Amino acid sequence: MDNEQTITPMTEAEERTDTQVFGFWLYLMTDLIIFGVLFAVYFVLRGATFGGPASYDLFSLRSALAETIVLLTSSFTCGLALVAAQRGKANQTIGWLAATFALGAAFLALELTELSRFVATGASPERSAFLSAFFTLVGTHGLHIGVGLLWIAVAIVQVRLRGLTAGTRSKLTRFALFWHFLDIVWIFIFSTVYLYGII
Amino acid sequence: MTVGVFDPQGPIAGQERDLIVLAIGLMLLIAIPMLILLYTFAWRYRAGNKKSADAYQPDHVGSFGRQLLWWCIPATLIAVLAVINWKTTHALDPFAPIPSSTPPLTVEVVALQWKWLFIYPQQGIATVNWLEFPARTPVHFLLTADAPMSSFWIPQLGSQIYAMSAMQTQLYLEASSTGEFVGKDTEINGAGYAGMTFTADAVSESDFNAWVAGVKASSSAPALTMGAYNALAAPSAYVPPAFYSSADPNLYDYVLMKYMVPSSSPVMTGMKM
Amino acid sequence: MEHFLLGDLTWSALPHQWFTVGATATIVAGLAVLAGLLTYLKKWKWLWKEWLTSTDPKKIGIMYIVMASVMLFRGGLDAAMIWLQQAMSAGNAPGFLGAAHGYLDANHFQQIFTAHGDIMVFFVTMGFFFGLINLIVPLQIGARDLAFPFMNSLGFWLYVAGAVFINMFFVIGGQFAGSGWLSLPPLSELQYSPGTGIDYWVWSLQISGLGSLLGGINFVATILKMRAKGMTLMKMPLFTWTSLCSMVLVIASFPVLTITTLLLWADRFFGMHFFTTTAGGNPMLYVNLIWMWGHPEVYILVIPAFGIFSEVVSTFSGKRIFGYVSMVMAAIGITLLSFLVWLHHFFTMGAGADVDAFFGIMTGVIAIPTAVQIFNWIATMYRGRIRFTTPMMYFLGFAGIFTMGGMAGVLLSIPGADFELHNSLFLVAHFHTMIVSAALFGIFAGITYWFPKVTGFTLNERIGRRAFWLWVVGYFVSFIPLYILGFLGATRRLDHYAASTGWQPLFITAGVGVLIIAAGALTQVWQVIVSIRERDEHRDTTGDPWGGHSLEWSTPSPVPYYSFAVAPEVDSRDAFWEMKKRGWKPGPAAPGTYKDIVMAKNTGMAIYLSGFVFLGAFGLVWHIIWLAVAGIGGAIACFIIQSFDEDTEYILPAAEVERLDRMAWERNK
Repeated sequence: MDNEQTITPMTEAEERTDTQVFGFWLYLMTDLIIFGVLFAVYFVLRGATFGGPASYDLFSLRSALAETIVLLTSSFTCGLALVAAQRGKANQTIGWLAATFALGAAFLALELTELSRFVATGASPERSAFLSAFFTLVGTHGLHIGVGLLWIAVAIVQVRLRGLTAGTRSKLTRFALFWHFLDIVWIFIFSTVYLYGII
Repeated sequence: MTVGVFDPQGPIAGQERDLIVLAIGLMLLIAIPMLILLYTFAWRYRAGNKKSADAYQPDHVGSFGRQLLWWCIPATLIAVLAVINWKTTHALDPFAPIPSSTPPLTVEVVALQWKWLFIYPQQGIATVNWLEFPARTPVHFLLTADAPMSSFWIPQLGSQIYAMSAMQTQLYLEASSTGEFVGKDTEINGAGYAGMTFTADAVSESDFNAWVAGVKASSSAPALTMGAYNALAAPSAYVPPAFYSSADPNLYDYVLMKYMVPSSSPVMTGMKM
Repeated sequence: MEHFLLGDLTWSALPHQWFTVGATATIVAGLAVLAGLLTYLKKWKWLWKEWLTSTDPKKIGIMYIVMASVMLFRGGLDAAMIWLQQAMSAGNAPGFLGAAHGYLDANHFQQIFTAHGDIMVFFVTMGFFFGLINLIVPLQIGARDLAFPFMNSLGFWLYVAGAVFINMFFVIGGQFAGSGWLSLPPLSELQYSPGTGIDYWVWSLQISGLGSLLGGINFVATILKMRAKGMTLMKMPLFTWTSLCSMVLVIASFPVLTITTLLLWADRFFGMHFFTTTAGGNPMLYVNLIWMWGHPEVYILVIPAFGIFSEVVSTFSGKRIFGYVSMVMAAIGITLLSFLVWLHHFFTMGAGADVDAFFGIMTGVIAIPTAVQIFNWIATMYRGRIRFTTPMMYFLGFAGIFTMGGMAGVLLSIPGADFELHNSLFLVAHFHTMIVSAALFGIFAGITYWFPKVTGFTLNERIGRRAFWLWVVGYFVSFIPLYILGFLGATRRLDHYAASTGWQPLFITAGVGVLIIAAGALTQVWQVIVSIRERDEHRDTTGDPWGGHSLEWSTPSPVPYYSFAVAPEVDSRDAFWEMKKRGWKPGPAAPGTYKDIVMAKNTGMAIYLSGFVFLGAFGLVWHIIWLAVAGIGGAIACFIIQSFDEDTEYILPAAEVERLDRMAWERNK
């Protein structure tokens, strides 16, 4: 236990960021439970197509794969933004954040196109329990991405106005956690909903 | 005035009453000494008691051994109860037939808003809010609902079970003597909930057969066709008993399938006849 | 156009039944009197600046308790109405006020017991506990504030918004959910429950549930990250421990409630099919999910009370708690086990003997740690010097009643017995026994115990003990008949029963019990009034009126807004008990030990934000889309504005702290 960390205590600002990040982890855990329930609901209702289209009638691997690649790339650029922020390079941070925003928006556009195509063919959420569960699971993830985009926009403005202070950096750390979390959720959606649904 | 759970009139209710008494007795074995100890200590070590003043030990925080004992006492009781729990849960499984030399009478039960429909498939008749059956013969209930979730319960005969749309549950009950028992719904299912009671009338074998023949021959008992069923299924409360001289043989399956498949599907149109 | 502006709102939504007109008039009159009083006393500014916008956990705690008390009155009124109906509704005697039996029609009666359950669970019990935890936990761990002061204020205001929302139907709509406190589908689906009642139910739970979730995150972060130097986890006071367990349960279970009720609402609003009977929906899924939240919720309400009783027993026995480690293990054990028992709420669904037996046995196992706690309390009293103060009386009442209720619970956990008792009044008597004895008595004990810490004077003991006896006697008179009625085969939620059942005398007896309980509650109000009048006789000058064990008693009473003039350091359990042994005396800290203190500023943003959330939810209930969008948009805008505000703190200089500290102790001499 007698390592250097216990000898040099954290500064007040570090302590605060530490508590904030811890609190944010707690929030992410609650969100994880929400997604957990949605996944469970989806798997219970997956077969309840009620004569309507089933997953293998609808899902296309190509669009799901495209969405996955875009979102994974955005996670990468988000990571780069955080690295730039740690090095104290505000303009670079803003650049990578903008890239993340663009990729996130592209993901959302792809997803909305896909969902509206489903609705156009009559596969809307009111059609069956399976479709209700599918739209809600994917839609909840999409809604989170939307919130994330708003967050990026605010973060860009704040970094621009205030530079990389302890406050903005703490916010960026939390945003990155949020964005990576959504990435992980998406990987679950991609593999268990889309891949498994096509077979 | 009946004394419900403590006045069992069948083997299932009898076993359940015995189980309740046994469990309460076992728990009292620990609860009574515990509470006596609690209130005795509270009185004995009251601040005003000069006799116990010398015994005061403010830093007395206990030992590992004492703690282990604390955990073991309730654990032993719960272990005993767990064994009882496992055994009785399997013995009293509502889906399990009651061992009997007499073959069971099958009754199909449909919970409606807010009345009970009983269909006798072997006899080809149906009743509302009146359940006639022979005593000392197991009755095999098949239950579903064309209403919000309801729970079917005849306290003096034993176990209750839910009746749910698009699903079927089962229940075996038996009356050990003849008599009229109150049956009811226990699950809130809308405005008519409180009035959703019925009479369970256990009679002798010969009386039952005579009753069936009477219902079949009765001019005041209409046939339960699909059309009559749809009229019956409309919400109504505090419904008096009614009798049907015949029942559509597909009716129960129709109700069960009603919510399970789209109405345009061939299964469904086949049912509607 | 009209539909765009007003959604489903029409003139008929305005109050026109006797109870909506009555309630609306009461609400309006109450608010008018309050507003008049504030104007007359010129207290508006004071209220806004000192209270409503405060981020001080002590003030937020007091506001929680005030709000919960108001809701206790509301929920108690519901209880009285339920009992009155049941006492007079035997047989076929014609009713009053247009009802077929009794004085309430079935629909109205069902709305009342639904509201009673939800209000008592979400707005009374949880409100009181969030209040007590806000007041006491930071003090017990030597923290001046919570980890996230703004979020604390937001959590409180969402709780208030939810509480107002659950009463909104009186004013607009006239109909609440009538489907029981958990609104199980398919009854709660559009098919069987048209209208806005269920939607009001969903959104009041959503809003207040969000508040609870924020509170849960905040308390867990506070307890785990902001403890005084030297206070390791195993040195925390037991109330802090049980609060931590309870808040972990909030974090783990409330998301399930949020999403499950949202899915129900999606069925109703978007025409989806999660829990509908048709199109593949699965109502049983809802029943499983809601009880996965519902059972932990029961322990959210009860575990903090165990902590309060541990503090009370130890303090008033003049002893340290017996078996601290066991007590902590028991609390953690109950926390974990509470996730493995949800199915015991519906053995009668026919899941099969193996599944039923598993969940039944797990439920029985919870009785073990619970019994261990009682044994440890008994052992704590052993060789003590017990003072029979009101909190201690509440403990002694709790121990007996709770043991009885616990036995009823273990009985219900045996499926074979449950098949004969499920949904009967036996079940109703069981859970009321648990909630009244543990949660409510715990709350009363806690409020009496910590009252001097917050106000600077103790409550009148004589009247307090009288209230206690009224509550205990009232409890037995009103709930023993329900146990008996359950055995007689009486089911819960009956708006009417046949005279031939012979149940009426028991229902009337239960009603007498309600009157006794009401007298107990009024006595408590009287106790507070008398105590305020006699406050100079009951001043707490030492900050430690009972001989306490934990850090909150090291501060002067009433505890100043900065809580601790000098941040405390701890090196043992029962930190304050040890400090006193080493010669600690009440009084200001040594000169030179004071440091600057960073304090959170007040903010009105939480009020605005909750207001927008309230409007958004109202828009969703009535399908007024522009209002929903505006409400949600406004809430998001508030969030963004808040994120730009970096001026959230100020410094209280060391010299000022020293001056205030001397004053606080001086005043008490």
